[in-house]
Formats: sequence, C-alpha cells, structure tokens
Amino acid sequence: MTAVSLGIPAVPPRGFGNISELEPFPKYAKRELGNAQQRRNLTHATHTIRDKRLKVVSELPDWEALRDAGSAIKTEAMERLPELLAQFEEQFTARGGTVHWARDAAEANRIVEELIRAAGPDETGPDENSGATEVVKVKSMATQEIGLNEYLEERGIAAFETDLAELIVQLGHDKPSHILVPAIHKNRTEIRDIFLREMPGVDPDLTDEPRRLAMAARAHLRAKFLSARVAISGANFGIAETGTLGVVESEGNGRMCLTLPETLITVMGIEKVLPRAEDLGVFMQLLPRSSTGERMNPYTSLWTGVTPGDGPQNVHVVILDNGRTRALADRHGRSALHCIRCSACMNVCPVYERAGGHAYGSTYPGPIGAILSPLLTGIEAEENKSLPYASSLCGACFDACPVKINIPEILVHLRGEDVEERRSKPGARRLPSQFDLAMTGASWAMSDGARMGLLERGLPLGKAAAGRYGVISKLPGIGAGWTQSRDIPAPPAESFRQQWKKRDGSRPATDRPATEGESK
Amino acid sequence: MKIALFATCIVDAMYPRVAQATVEILERLGHEVVFPAGQACCGQMHVNSGYLREALPVVENHVRTFEAGFDSGEFDVAVAPSGSCVASVKHQHAMVADWAVEHGMKGADSTLARRADAVGARTYELAQLLTDVLGVTDAAAQLGSYLPGTITYHPSCHGMRLLHLGDRQRGLLASVEGLDVLDLPDADQCCGFGGTFSIKNADVSSAMLADKVANICGTGAGACAGGDASCLMHIGGGLSRERRTTPSGRPVRTVHLAEVLASTRESPLMFDGELALAGTPGGAR
Repeated sequence: MTAVSLGIPAVPPRGFGNISELEPFPKYAKRELGNAQQRRNLTHATHTIRDKRLKVVSELPDWEALRDAGSAIKTEAMERLPELLAQFEEQFTARGGTVHWARDAAEANRIVEELIRAAGPDETGPDENSGATEVVKVKSMATQEIGLNEYLEERGIAAFETDLAELIVQLGHDKPSHILVPAIHKNRTEIRDIFLREMPGVDPDLTDEPRRLAMAARAHLRAKFLSARVAISGANFGIAETGTLGVVESEGNGRMCLTLPETLITVMGIEKVLPRAEDLGVFMQLLPRSSTGERMNPYTSLWTGVTPGDGPQNVHVVILDNGRTRALADRHGRSALHCIRCSACMNVCPVYERAGGHAYGSTYPGPIGAILSPLLTGIEAEENKSLPYASSLCGACFDACPVKINIPEILVHLRGEDVEERRSKPGARRLPSQFDLAMTGASWAMSDGARMGLLERGLPLGKAAAGRYGVISKLPGIGAGWTQSRDIPAPPAESFRQQWKKRDGSRPATDRPATEGESK
Repeated sequence: MKIALFATCIVDAMYPRVAQATVEILERLGHEVVFPAGQACCGQMHVNSGYLREALPVVENHVRTFEAGFDSGEFDVAVAPSGSCVASVKHQHAMVADWAVEHGMKGADSTLARRADAVGARTYELAQLLTDVLGVTDAAAQLGSYLPGTITYHPSCHGMRLLHLGDRQRGLLASVEGLDVLDLPDADQCCGFGGTFSIKNADVSSAMLADKVANICGTGAGACAGGDASCLMHIGGGLSRERRTTPSGRPVRTVHLAEVLASTRESPLMFDGELALAGTPGGAR
C-alpha cells in the first residue's frame, strides 16, 4: 500500500471536532467521581447490559468463530479500503445516490449544510430562499464526532435528535456520555425533570414511569417526523458490492427519518465499508448481542439508492476521513478502525464505570475512545495525551470486543509513542520529570541481579520508615498518589535473594546447583 | 524436575515469604529449585508505562539469565508466583524486542524476540505449573496443605485474561484441608492497581480499590487470597488504610496462593503469632 495509490497526502490529515479531551483525564475523572448519583446510575446500567450480553453471547456455540470472522472481514476491508470505497461510490451512484468526500469535520459540515440549503424551504422557514431550517436526525456517532448539530445551530438550522436517549441529552443541554446509551448517566427522575423543563407542550403531570416518558417523547417527535424535509443519519455499514447503506436501531425513530423526508443525507466514516452483502450475516449476530444484549435489534434499515415515488428522492452520502487514514497508517493501531461502535468495552470497563463518559472529553469514551481518539488526532497532538493512560490494562475490553481489537496492547503502544514523542521534542532539554527519573533509575537497577541485590540491602531503611504501625502511610512526590488511599507494608529485613544466598551457602558445594555469576 | 524460580522484583524485595513458600511446595513434591542469581525484573512496569527504551535492558537481562539456564540444562522450566509477570514474559518481551529493532535502538538484537519467546514458552505461573505440569489437583492430599478458616479469592486480571488460568488457582485453594473459599462478588473486576495507573490515575484507582475492599469485607472471610503479589499489595494497602477487620475483630489481610498451599498441620500459616485466618482460634474447626 502506498500513499500515492490511496490518493492521500503523505501526512494524513488530523481529525477535528468533538474528539479531543477538554482537560486531562485524571483531573476530569476526579470531578466526575464526586458525582455519587451518576456513579450509581452508571454502575446499575453497565452491570445490567453486561449481564444481558453475557447471557445472549453464551447462547451461541460459535461465538469465538464469529468474532474471528468479524475481525477477518474488517482486516480485509482495511487492506482493500481504497478499492472498496471506489466500488461503493460506483454502486451508490449507479442507483441514484450522490457521493461526497470530506477530508475532515469542517468539510463534512459544510457539505451537509449546502445540501440542506439545496433541499428547499420547509413550512417553518423564514423565507423561500433559506432552505430547510429544521432537520431530523437518526442517532449517529459520525455526526457527533464532527459536531454537526452545533455547526448547524450556529447557522440557523435546528437539528432534532430523534433517538430517545439523544433527545434527552439534547434537551438537557448535555453531552452524550456513552456511544450507545448517551443518557446512561441520567436516571428516570432526572429525565422527567428535563422533559418538564424543556419539552414544549408536555403534560405537567408527567411521572417518571418509563412508558409515560416514552409517550411524551413520541408525541414530541411525531410532529417533527411529519414536517421535516431533510433527515440526517450515520451508517453502521456501507456495502461496497451493492452501494447499500445500513442503520441498526431499537426504537423505529430512525426508520421514520429514513423513509419520510424528501432528502436523506448520510455521514459515513470510511471504515464502515464492508466488501459484500453476505458479510452482514456476521455483523448482525455480533452487533446486537454485544451492544444491547439482544439476540436481534428491533429495526434494521437497509437502503440502496433511490426508489422513484417511495422514500427519499434525494439521497446523499458524505464519506468522511477526519483522521481515519491517519489511524489506518498506524500499523499497531489500525485495528481500532475495526470498531463497530457496539460499546461492549465501555460496559465492562472498570475505569469507565467510575469516571463516566464525559471524563474522556471525546465523542468516543471508554477503552475504544482511549485509543481511537488519539489515533484520529495523532498522538503528537496535545489534545488526547492523557487518554492512553486512562486504563489499568485489565483486559476486560479485549475479552468483550466482538471484533477482537486488542485495546490493552494498543494502549501500551500509544503510551510508548507518547514517551518517545516527548523525548524527541526540540524542547526536550527541559529537566526530566520525577517519573522519567524513576523509570531511568529503575531500569538501571532492574537490568542486573547484582545491582538489585545491592539496593535490597537498603530494605531495613524502609522498615525503619514504616514506624510502629508497620506500614508506610505517606510518601512524597509521585508516590503520594499511592498513599492517598493505600498503605505500603513495611519491607522485610532481608530480601529473598539474601535469604537464598545464606541457604545456598550453608549447603555442601556438591549439592548446590551451578548458578551463574552474580551479574550476568 | 529442575525448576528455576523467577521470584519477580516485588516478591524478592517485599514478600520473600511468598518465594520461600513457592520453594517449599516445589521441594515437597521432590523437585529441585534453582534461583538464577542474575534475575531482576520482568520489565512490565516500564512497558506498561510506555518506557520501552528503559524496558529493553530489563528484558534483555531476563532473557539472557533464563535462556542460559535452559540451554545448559541447569533447569527445565521456570516458575513465578505472579500471573502478570509471567504474562509479561510471555507476551511483552518479544514486543519490546521488536520495538527496539523497529526504532533502531543501539545494540538492538534481531534475535531477541525469538529468544524471548523461547524463554516465555518454558515459563509458568505457579498454579499453571502445579496443575498442568506437575499434576497437582488435590493440595491436601498431594502437598499436605492445611489451613483452617475462611478465605475469599480475587483472580488477578492478567492471570485470568492473558494466561487463561481459569479455575486453577481457586481449585487448588478449595482443595486445601480446612479451608472454605467464599465467593467474592464481582471477583473478575480489576482491583485498580495497574502498576503506574495507581499513581497516574490515583483517584479512579482508589475508587476501584474501595469497591474491591468492600466486596472482600462483605464476604466475612478472614483474608483475601490471590496469585499476584502486586495486586495483593494494592488490596492489602486499602484494607490496612481502612483498618478493616473481620467479625471477630482481627485485621482482614491478603495472602498469596503459595503461602496457603505451603501451610501444613505441622507448620501452619501464622500472622502475629496466631493462626492466619480469623474466626478459628486455636485452629479448631
């Protein structure tokens, strides 16, 4: 694969939009940890989905084979990406659709705005030349990523989210905190309060009963579906073979958007392309089970171009890069693009469960966000530097990932890139951090048995520091983080190495196994 | 069989009794234990923190030290009482070697990755060695393991997910005479240690630890057992800070799998001159 044949610049463009941290993860997470209600909501919700997922996954005897198949198809798609995208364009165009290419968030937003303007005025528009001023939206991560709603709002176009959870977040002037369950951090009572405050014409006696809440949202959205002339969606899949787009959802609101308006604009990341229609057979088993813990999702919509007299007559797709070729060019990280946005990794991640999705800053929170966001913007960018460290590397995400993205390994790789990048900066003549010094010192000591042995003779000093309770409860410098909630036991008077040497020395020489020299 | 003990840096410096216990068990089974003196650390802390440059000499030292013993027939296999260090030897060492070559590091050895894999293939976690290689399934019968009391068990992440230890550790604990292993709620959740994660993201790590400590104490067990000294140091640090005690008023502690297996009627595991586990004064049950 060469950059020339791909038609991309040698240094792929960085991704822009809502994929950057707002502040370093540890700082944001600390604040979020203080929100006890949110932590309870998150724990309850993630554990519920987690248990459901385990149950339906265990029903499939060939789950591991399915994961392998999903991973293999995605690997193939990434290897043949330029060819598959060209094929998709050809097929999509042949069936009456129009393809647009966007290098980054700014280009994608501009293209979408132009298409909305071209769609003609809607009933609520100020004048005939303004084009549509209201659009309905199918839940989409790609449009979250590029900040489309905010962009359109600034230009007088209201984009209404129709997915119930997205609607809650939008009405609450909040940001999604989970890619599948954007309002996961809210409970029913909080949702009722948002509806009462923000939903025009809502029943003032609304309770927090789920059915009553859903009915209120339904009445609110029905009017939007019937009046909107333009709908915007993302895509779970784009089939190269047929030029088909697909969206998987639970509520049917997406299908309303996909069928009622005259104009349908889809924003699709380049990595969503699948070679063949039959590949859907694999992903339609992997995705619902991994995301909502269901055997099958309630609504799967597939559309191929334009059908005269039925459904949208102006069908567009904006194919989005926004840093994806940059991620693709990263040999160790490119499998992050295999992600099918199921959110299984978030639901099993102990860090996500405590810190919540907002702490990641990015549209993509949790373990996949911790690798995807820095890969899209490039690790040398300051925006996402703390994300690769936001993991204890417990591996639960890798276990849960339906397409076997080795998230822990990519995290380690990104940390390595970060350390190297800091070292190579022209300003690297700055003083090394305490952490750098500790790592250098430890490397010196831990690469030689004799040096370790020498240092271990200092253990009695640590014992003395522990004092009368036998524990160390306060450390200075970088160790202070540890002792904020944990003691360190008093070290022993002697290391094992010292004990063994004595024992070994007391045995007759003939008995003693021939050990090698002290150092090497 | 001649078995090399890779004590790991944390056990060597902080928990020598875990290494002693490991030796004790293996010798009780009639094997010869060797301690290669050149050993130091697996380098996991450096790798996981992104300091691959600093990890390289640590990895080189480990590979050089252990391959020398394998090649000369000084020992047949290596064992470490730590799932995460074994996982590092098996999964990270070759990666560091490849990285060094790729980054053109001075003196980078193109054969190191292959040599690291060869060492990794003969390196076992303790429970893995005992069950898969040495055929120990009943600790009471085969090792004379005896420890009256109740215990709960935390399966550490790397052993569980990278080494696929399954129920090997728990199975061995359950086969100790007198010992009741109580189920730990959310056992498969990380304790929050994660090496330098506990320092760089100290607040999230503390929140994870708080839940783990609460779950352990909720079982009422006298101690929490595990197979990784580092996780146990983290959990034990939380139990100690919170001054957690059992219903009978004794501190809730952590204890390594090796210490439990090494405990016998003649020489039972003791803390502060008392039988290790709570609720069993005098060892009677």
